[in-house]
Amino acid sequence: MSLSEGTPQLRTEEMLLNVGPQHPSTHGVFRLVVKISGETVVEAEPVIGYLHRGTEKLAEDLQYTQIIPYTDRLDYIAAMLNNYALCHAVEEAMDMEIPERAEYLRVIIMEMQRIASHLLFIGTYLLDLGAMSPFLYVFVERERIVELFNEISGARLTYNFMRIGGLRFDAPEGWLDKVRKLVPEMREQMKMYADLISGNEIFLNRVKGLGTFTAEDALAYGMSGINLRSTGFKWDLRKNKPYSIYDRFDFDVPVGKNGDCFDRYYLHLAEMEQSVRIIEQALESIPEGPILGKVPKFVRVPAGEYYSGIEGARGELGFYIVSDGKDKPYRLKIRKPSFVNLQMLPKLLQGQNMANVIAILGAVDIVLGEVDA
Amino acid sequence: MWNWATHPITWLSFLAMLIGAVVILLLTLVVVMYSIYWQRKLIGWMQLRIGPNRVGPFGLLQSAADVLKLLIKEDVIPTKSDRVLFLIAPIIAFVPAFMALSVIPFSRTHVFTANIAIGALFYVALSAITIHGVMLGGWASNNKYALIGSMRSAAQMLSYEIPLGLSIVGVVLMAGSINLNDIVNAQAHSGWWYIIPQILGFVVFMVASTAELNRTPFDLPEAESELVGGYHTEYTGFRFAFFMLTEYVYLFAMAGLFATLFLGGWSGPFLPGWLWFAIKAFLYISVQFWIQATMPRMRVDQLMTFSWKVLLPLALVNLVVTAVLKAVL
Repeated sequence: MSLSEGTPQLRTEEMLLNVGPQHPSTHGVFRLVVKISGETVVEAEPVIGYLHRGTEKLAEDLQYTQIIPYTDRLDYIAAMLNNYALCHAVEEAMDMEIPERAEYLRVIIMEMQRIASHLLFIGTYLLDLGAMSPFLYVFVERERIVELFNEISGARLTYNFMRIGGLRFDAPEGWLDKVRKLVPEMREQMKMYADLISGNEIFLNRVKGLGTFTAEDALAYGMSGINLRSTGFKWDLRKNKPYSIYDRFDFDVPVGKNGDCFDRYYLHLAEMEQSVRIIEQALESIPEGPILGKVPKFVRVPAGEYYSGIEGARGELGFYIVSDGKDKPYRLKIRKPSFVNLQMLPKLLQGQNMANVIAILGAVDIVLGEVDA
Repeated sequence: MWNWATHPITWLSFLAMLIGAVVILLLTLVVVMYSIYWQRKLIGWMQLRIGPNRVGPFGLLQSAADVLKLLIKEDVIPTKSDRVLFLIAPIIAFVPAFMALSVIPFSRTHVFTANIAIGALFYVALSAITIHGVMLGGWASNNKYALIGSMRSAAQMLSYEIPLGLSIVGVVLMAGSINLNDIVNAQAHSGWWYIIPQILGFVVFMVASTAELNRTPFDLPEAESELVGGYHTEYTGFRFAFFMLTEYVYLFAMAGLFATLFLGGWSGPFLPGWLWFAIKAFLYISVQFWIQATMPRMRVDQLMTFSWKVLLPLALVNLVVTAVLKAVL
């Protein structure tokens, strides 16, 4: 065939590349089978389950209070939020009264945890993009939060702190003052991140307009949290379905415009600021009093089906309890935001370059402990 | 002045050359060891860490310990690799990087280095050979990540060798010679370093040399977060160390070239020439580390675009302006 007879069909051989399960940028044991032509992704298939422990099944054998430590291991970056999500689900099912002070402390702790989680996202995301310094900077701040958690709960990563009906411990003496001192310093630190990262030309060129999706797409795939909000869809359970005492605080729900990786990065930063605002307000009005309500010796959820979700660090984190009236759940289903958010990945990755694969995966912000549960 | 090139070869001069080469090699190794130490310390400070401080006073023996560790590590050669190429690739990468040092004038007296007429050309030609080692290493590993990494580095080298060469030509035009020693002398006599008249060329050189060295933000061939280490993914122990060594020797060589071309090499008041040279090279190396601590990585297509659409035109403009000024003044 001569060239004039039409375009000759030139095709490069496609190559199957296993990104993970052991890869520096999969943020855990996550495998991504990508078919690449040159460096362009033709097809990407996420393979999960390398960390599967059967948490939901295990929970059927445990009393409600005994499940709490298991929730720590789900989203281990934001364990306090997971603790709360379970307790909240059970409390709602049992229609339990929670003491004021406990609610305030919970909110303070949860927002601190959200900040700690978002900090880690920013650090690891920049690490994915090849910058190491921000990763170490965020740990300075995260460390301070984790240290405060250590003081109040005795653990640095898996806190097992919240209790059904309130909290296990009250804040030790001076703890709240330490938080008060930390808040303005966190504000300062956030300005530094904005200076260091948000204005970096290379960073902007890498992430602006990358991995975009629309609100319709996001909703169709059940996305929540920052992934959904990056498209401009204002949906935050703290505002839309207020739980705990969030309706008492004045804060905004930042949303993105383009639904791209930059928006997802930026929302993490913006949300941290809102969390700081919430913490400030909670610190101002925290009352004295008990921290644990009236809880029966054996927590028994009345027979029926219950679902309650909270705004986790990565999206809607919900516990669906099917109870037969005993002290153990008949069935427990966890709505894991990372798992749901991950579903759009094959679609997002198609046609992208290898370097973008990492940038997109990083921005979706998954925690494998939660994806695999 | 003693000149290797014109001196007849006798057993004595051969011996002297051999000793000279060994001395330079040892010197280079020491420089490499301590530039790695300095990198870890400097970036440590920038990242609010301490850096090595356990092995020896102030952690000064850390690099020695690292070398020892690499030496005693298991030497793994993948079964399905191209064995011969896999073995010689690190050497192919290292030798030219080291050879490029032979034309850098470290001091006024030119001890142990060659004062050859085509110094700059020799340097550029040799520095382009290193990439063969990297490519062969990536190819021979029979690993997809390594392959992608080596292909990237080839593309990168092709793109950046040209602006780099053109930025050097600007200096060559100014000095009227391609001999590196003449370039230093020209700067010493003219009374200004070429970084001032060649500021555009300097910028191009700085960016292109960073890319040549595969350093952040152009460290795509390694790109740990994407390619797990790129071309040296399969290399372990001392073979890996050889690639590392190449990288840092090349860094030192590039620092030497930078000092020679833009900062007047060994020339400077009060201090001895070698010390001036060392200070200037140190400056370049430190700036490289600083950039490494600051920048995220570029994407491969952005890298190419930047080279062809920004750096190359800039280098050409610089060249034309230099040529015109040279003719007019």
